[in-house]
Amino acid sequence: MDISVKSLSKNYGTQKAVDNISFEVKTGEIVGFLGPNGAGKTTTMKMITAYMSPSSGTVKVGDYDVNEDAETIKPLIGYLPENNPLYLEMPVLEYLSFVADIQGVKKTDIPSRVRLVVDSCGLNREKHKKIQELSKGYRQRVGLAQALIHDPDILVLDEPTTGLDPNQIVEIRNLIRKIGKEKTVLLSTHILPEVEATCDRILIIKDGKIVADGTAQSLKNRSRAKYTFKVMIKGEGNIASELRSLEGVIGVEYLPNEPEKAIITAEEDLPFRERIFNYCVEKGHLLLEMTPEIQSLEDIFRDLTLN
Amino acid sequence: MRKIWSIAKREFSTYLDSLVAYILLVVFVGITGIFTWISFTDVFFTNIASMEPFFGISYWVLFLFIPALTMRMLAEEKRTGTLEVLLTRAVTDWQVVFGKFLGAMILILVALAFSLPWYLSIAYLGPVDHGAIIAGYVGLILMSAMYISIGIFTSSFTDNQIVAFLTALVIGIFFHWIFELVSNIGKGVWKEFFYFLSTKTHIDSMTRGVFDARDLVFFLSITVFGLYMAEVQLAKRNIADA
Repeated sequence: MDISVKSLSKNYGTQKAVDNISFEVKTGEIVGFLGPNGAGKTTTMKMITAYMSPSSGTVKVGDYDVNEDAETIKPLIGYLPENNPLYLEMPVLEYLSFVADIQGVKKTDIPSRVRLVVDSCGLNREKHKKIQELSKGYRQRVGLAQALIHDPDILVLDEPTTGLDPNQIVEIRNLIRKIGKEKTVLLSTHILPEVEATCDRILIIKDGKIVADGTAQSLKNRSRAKYTFKVMIKGEGNIASELRSLEGVIGVEYLPNEPEKAIITAEEDLPFRERIFNYCVEKGHLLLEMTPEIQSLEDIFRDLTLN
Repeated sequence: MRKIWSIAKREFSTYLDSLVAYILLVVFVGITGIFTWISFTDVFFTNIASMEPFFGISYWVLFLFIPALTMRMLAEEKRTGTLEVLLTRAVTDWQVVFGKFLGAMILILVALAFSLPWYLSIAYLGPVDHGAIIAGYVGLILMSAMYISIGIFTSSFTDNQIVAFLTALVIGIFFHWIFELVSNIGKGVWKEFFYFLSTKTHIDSMTRGVFDARDLVFFLSITVFGLYMAEVQLAKRNIADA
């Protein structure tokens, strides 16, 4: 089942939290939703899950419109809201049965569904405890378990891995990957390596607008600041400003903890390396190091969401 | 119906877990017991086998206690964000509101059931008007329904339990007491109007054993209106540009 968002907007008073965005998420696809805090990720997710109505535009889940068929859509979606709110005073098993109940899981299927999600989310040892007695990582698993309890076609996860330690992150990531094979998954996160590891596609949102949509690779290719080099040049004169005036240079920055080295961002790769070399030869500088830096998703993210 | 029931069950078990249920039972049975048996209005003092002292004190105990039961219901869920989990499940806003109403209602019914020994003892001591007592109980149940619904409504527009509690008391005191005062000093149509709006009018007529459709209309219409307003408040998140 697909999610299809068309010209979706949400205003809070005069502020546009989400501003005319459109995108699709297809079955079997895991889409990562990125953006700075306050960019509109959570608001978009709230509209997809029928918690909030859009100011304008449509969200379709399968053939159903969230505005008109909210009650049809809700059972199809598993949603983990931001901050993972839970009834802390309830024991894990009781909570999961309660959610199964109000999700309309058949009474006779509830015990087996609960057992299944407890297993797949690794909650077996903690299942009799009250949620308030659990650590943050386990609470997160309970949140994920409640989203999965009714075997939804669509999963919307708002920051599913916040507060987890690196081992738990890997576990949850694998779980999402496994689930994502047959389901439609939209997840938001701040952790960029996670998106690269988990998601098939990335959406970057900024000030309520989508500024990038594609695979991690395609975003890297599209980014303007494509090539960066770490260089170390020994010589006289103001090297930094001379470097800045070279053709194709986008920026030169000294490394704070290695003051003799600088990071140069350039538009081209090989021709630029030649240019640096020629420049050093011409001025009589010594080129001691030149390492091409691999452009990370962090850089692309900063590039697209700053300024 | 099953979903409403599971929401009600969850609410009720929260009362049990948080000791609220036990406090209510002890306070309710205790205070009504004191007033029924050992205060100066008690059955031995008046020498009449009557449940009137019981109904008189229950009238106030329930009024004061119900806002404490309902203040959490939506306010706390808003504050912690669990409301979002609840409302994005396959339940309607109405099912959530009504489930919570039912949860509090069950606790009140249990509390009233615990007072049945008072009724049975008094009936053993002397002749009582069974019809009036049953009507009185029905009156208390209807009154509780009304205050629960007001409490759920006040809990729906804030995420602060204390605000919910106090607003419920403030709205409640008008029906409970102030309208009666206004009616006492009022004249003509206004006197009649406030007389009708006073909870006391309807409870008194029921504890006397008079079953009047107007009493039923009064309690039920305020109950339904309160729950409806709570639902409207929840649905407000859906209003575009809100």
